[in-house]
Amino acid sequence: MSTFAIDKAGPSRKVKYGSMSRDRAWALRWSYFFLVLFAIFFLTPPIYMLITSLKSSAEISAATNPWWVFHPTLSNYVELLTSNQFLRFFWNSSIVSIVVVIITMLISIPAAFALARMKFWGSATLATGVFLTYLIPDSLLFIPLFKMLGVVQDYTGIMLLNRWYVLLFIYPTLTVPFCTWIMIGYFASIPKELDEAALIDGASWLQTLTRIFIPVALPGLIAATIFAFTVSWAQFLYPLVFTTSVDQLVLPVGITTTLIKGDVFNWGQIMTGALLGAAPPLIIYAFLMDYYIAGLTAGATKG
Amino acid sequence: MADVVVERGRIARATGARKGSSLRNVLGRKSTVAFLLTLPLILLIGLLVLYPAFFSLYLATLNKAMTKFVGLSNFTFLFKRETFWMVVKQSCIFAITAVIFKALIGFIVAHFVHNIPGKKQRKWRGMLLVPWVIPPAMSTLAWLWLFDPSYSAFNYTLSFFGVGPIPWLGETFWARFSIILVNVWYGAPFFLIMYLAALKSVPDQLYEAAAIDGANWWQKIWYVTLPMMRNIIAITTLFSLIVTFANFDIVRILTSGGPLDTTHLFATWAFQVGIQSSDIPLGACVSLFMVPILAVAAIFILRDVTKRGNEA
Repeated sequence: MSTFAIDKAGPSRKVKYGSMSRDRAWALRWSYFFLVLFAIFFLTPPIYMLITSLKSSAEISAATNPWWVFHPTLSNYVELLTSNQFLRFFWNSSIVSIVVVIITMLISIPAAFALARMKFWGSATLATGVFLTYLIPDSLLFIPLFKMLGVVQDYTGIMLLNRWYVLLFIYPTLTVPFCTWIMIGYFASIPKELDEAALIDGASWLQTLTRIFIPVALPGLIAATIFAFTVSWAQFLYPLVFTTSVDQLVLPVGITTTLIKGDVFNWGQIMTGALLGAAPPLIIYAFLMDYYIAGLTAGATKG
Repeated sequence: MADVVVERGRIARATGARKGSSLRNVLGRKSTVAFLLTLPLILLIGLLVLYPAFFSLYLATLNKAMTKFVGLSNFTFLFKRETFWMVVKQSCIFAITAVIFKALIGFIVAHFVHNIPGKKQRKWRGMLLVPWVIPPAMSTLAWLWLFDPSYSAFNYTLSFFGVGPIPWLGETFWARFSIILVNVWYGAPFFLIMYLAALKSVPDQLYEAAAIDGANWWQKIWYVTLPMMRNIIAITTLFSLIVTFANFDIVRILTSGGPLDTTHLFATWAFQVGIQSSDIPLGACVSLFMVPILAVAAIFILRDVTKRGNEA
């Protein structure tokens, strides 16, 4: 009876295997089909940026097939990359983003170290508070910050509004909480024996941090750096509110406000500017994709 | 004898420390070091996040010239304005619809990417995340150009199918549609990546067990995938709800709130009222209306995150 049952199970299982692999092949084909559709949806705007950036104004206003370049030209790129104004935006964006990354790291690494390793009064509350701060959006704070900067400027006489360097103090509010949060996760995952050994060997807290924690948690550090850089590079609301003069603008605001002159939209140049503005994050992403994705998922999975 | 020596040494050290400057003593203590290390963080959050948040509460109770305390009359003034209720409605429509579509698309595409084997998967994942990497202000410009009233590339393509020119940003319905579309385009890759990471963490044995029990693909998703991913789905959705609700860039660049203020969100309307019309108290008041929904979402996120922490 039992052998009969086993005999029966044999062939039917074989058939099932065959259909499963066929199913899988079909599933793969369908997956590719839908992925191509979604890839078209996801990649249309950046590709269209590139197409338009290679067109001359004459070709754009001639309203030929918008998806094809008939007379490719680099004149938009040449014009923007030789324009002092655009280079100024690029320079402002770069200096702001780089300095903000440095400030962010200087604040969040020591703080994350203390919160991950030194239990002190209120450390758990502070860690939670850091996470909550990350959830406070920029659109809630821009009005009070604008007013605060105005008040401080009136009191001290230091120009704060309409100066790019004020962004150096404002952007860390966006980057520090998240960077601290993911660095806490990375530091907490380092085995305790490692820093205990360092302490026994007579290392100070600072040495433990610089000799043990930073090298071991380097992937997390890179992820946090990428995050801080891309956030500061992309930030739009704060510079739009706090800076107005053309020479103080950063790239996103500069492109949206100066390249659109009245009702005349020079789309070739706007798309070129947007593409050049998107280039630094895209290049970083292309080379450090794994770190980028690690940073992205760390917020929810490292908690 | 040896014991005594050790004992004496300890006493000597203890008295030496007591004699030494008390400042160094305090500095050497662990809690002091920890406090000093976190001090910049505390200052930053206190001065540039918490203080402005409460300052905004105070600002909301002033009159337009910010000379007089007017209590809650800014709030009652808003309640009487039709535009305000439209903004509330539009913000909710926008945030809820966009988050649902982002989550759905992210979930579906994550499954497709998950099906792809090995090295190719990396390439697809890399390609599909591009919208999230481009700064939203830049990519929205591309969308603005795609939606252009006279040169719209979409309308050009649609005209071949006999579909008439669509006023992408000119009519209320289409403008709302376009804004949601752009937001879904920008945010879906984030869901995709999160869900993909979650899918990878579901053990294969569970699917094998389900297959042996005779589960079909739908039952596998419903009884295996979804329960295993529940936490990630909850956190990602709530987080995205906050970000979407507070969105500024997309609406500002695409429509600036038009046509006739029908696409304004809290953030863009607060900007228009508070900065462009320089009625700072009213603007602060408008943006404060985001707080309740943000607070609710934040509480739920925090609950999930601490739950995860306890599980681990």
